[in-house]
Amino acid sequence: MSSLYLDFIRIRFLTMLAYRVNYYSGILVYTLNIGVYYFTWQAIYGGKEQIAGFTAAQMTTYVAVSWMARAFYFNNLDREIATEIRDGTIAIQFIRPYNYLLVKMMQGFGEGIFRFTMFMIPGMIIAVLLFPVQLPTSPVSWIGFLVMLFFSFLINSQINILIGLMAFFIENNDGLMRMKRVVVDLFSGLLIPISFFPGWLTSIMNFLPFQAITYLPGSVFTGRVQGTGILEVLGIQVIWFLILLIPIYFTWRAARVRLFVQGG
Amino acid sequence: MQAIEVQDLRKNFRIQQSRGGLKGALQDLFAREYREVAAVNDISFTIPQGEICGYIGENGAGKSTTIKMLTGILVPTSGHIKVNGYVPYQEREKFVQGIGVVFGQRSQLWWDIGVIESFQLLRKVYQVSEADFKKRLDELVERLQLQELLSRPVRKLSLGQRMRCELVAALLHNPSIVFLDEPTIGLDIVVKSEIREFLKDLNRTQGTTILLTTHDLQDIEALCSRVIMLDAGSIIYDGGLDDLKTRWGRGREVRFQFGGAVQAAQLNAWTMGLPVTWTQESDLVATALVPADMAVSDVFSRVLGQAEVTDVQISETSTDEIVRQIYSSGSAEKPEEQPHV
Repeated sequence: MSSLYLDFIRIRFLTMLAYRVNYYSGILVYTLNIGVYYFTWQAIYGGKEQIAGFTAAQMTTYVAVSWMARAFYFNNLDREIATEIRDGTIAIQFIRPYNYLLVKMMQGFGEGIFRFTMFMIPGMIIAVLLFPVQLPTSPVSWIGFLVMLFFSFLINSQINILIGLMAFFIENNDGLMRMKRVVVDLFSGLLIPISFFPGWLTSIMNFLPFQAITYLPGSVFTGRVQGTGILEVLGIQVIWFLILLIPIYFTWRAARVRLFVQGG
Repeated sequence: MQAIEVQDLRKNFRIQQSRGGLKGALQDLFAREYREVAAVNDISFTIPQGEICGYIGENGAGKSTTIKMLTGILVPTSGHIKVNGYVPYQEREKFVQGIGVVFGQRSQLWWDIGVIESFQLLRKVYQVSEADFKKRLDELVERLQLQELLSRPVRKLSLGQRMRCELVAALLHNPSIVFLDEPTIGLDIVVKSEIREFLKDLNRTQGTTILLTTHDLQDIEALCSRVIMLDAGSIIYDGGLDDLKTRWGRGREVRFQFGGAVQAAQLNAWTMGLPVTWTQESDLVATALVPADMAVSDVFSRVLGQAEVTDVQISETSTDEIVRQIYSSGSAEKPEEQPHV
């Protein structure tokens, strides 16, 4: 059975590979984004040593690694699931002896492997060449970051799956998906690190899963969190991963009863 | 053992009621009105193993909804289902191992990959051993002549080619029950008859139980010993196709073409004492409706001696005709005014 799920990873990876040219422009767009934020932050720092616990050098690294992490963990599972629900192809998924959500997760991971090797790594190399990015020197930070990056993918995909499944309950979840994208980009710390938020908002963020997507791995990569602190932030990710399984389970169960196959 | 048992099966859908006008739209924004509609209304039937059963009805009669409940896709509102010994929606993953499904309007192959790769993936999905898979695939490929198609991507197949591949995809794991939801929709006559032949073979050699929905009654005539007819969510007929024909068929129509003009009164006079009704198309053409229990030769012997007949055609009431009548009356009960039943 497990070789089946590996096959879904493999097939999605190969399908993505066939369309790889589409992603060359993506690398450019992400590099451009890093550039825009780099120069904006340069202007904001204007010679200041440190703002909200970030040195200017750390900020450059944070911006670069956050965008490139997004290049990896980003996927359209929400849209894929919503489309399958809306056009009724979900019916085909129900006549197969496998777990639909696990298959979706595997397809997302196949895409992730593609994005990691063909998008994030080349993008990161370009970013390092263009901007003064400081790569971690300790192997522990590297390993910690990579493990956390994987959990970023898991948590982001879980949120996508949850939003996608909402299509069972509301006929059109386009608005919800667009809102989710903005919320994830903002509250994960991609656009502004969470320590820059006003105090009350920062404390709210501590109770939401979004910081686990970008801010926490970014903090490890920039060296703001080191040593045993890495285990601590990794622990937060693991807890969020486990917590998010609960609403997915219940949403899926409710969806089974509600399922209404569109188009006869 | 029964392959399919259904008892008082019901599926309600909640349909949102839109109120008209701007005021209505505003009201809808805050409090929506819903209406419960029974797509399938307390139906019961059993299908024994090895039977080919046709499931027919007008669009929206509830055929697809029933198929979707039987295959575990939809959860019924109430009632009992047992297919292959399982309650479909409860033990879905185990249950679907034993069934095959073809939706004529949806593909279950993966669009982006080759046909053979889709089959390979299905082999893993259904955990079919390499040896069984190869044997079964060879048989099916030979039977349906798919040799040249195997390496093509699914999106490059014609509808007829794709449908044959869909059949293979549904049968690779050797299911004992196969559900076909409009399997011949949009296909040309050659592919249609190929698929019918194939299904008949499958049923004969493997004893596969087949339930199919269709709008093409030739599918039913070619394949099914039994028909279940659905109207507005309720079963209106369940029985043999022959029964339906004898019960509903109005006998035979004998169309005479005469050499000279004939009056209606003459016609009736000729067949005086016989349960025959005449309809006249023109002075030269008239049709006699002969009940099923009467010999056509009786009419001939009366008519041929009386007038010059240039041509005669005999036709039976077609199944299409019968079904059209039933659909439009909404009941398979024989209308009262037919005296000879």
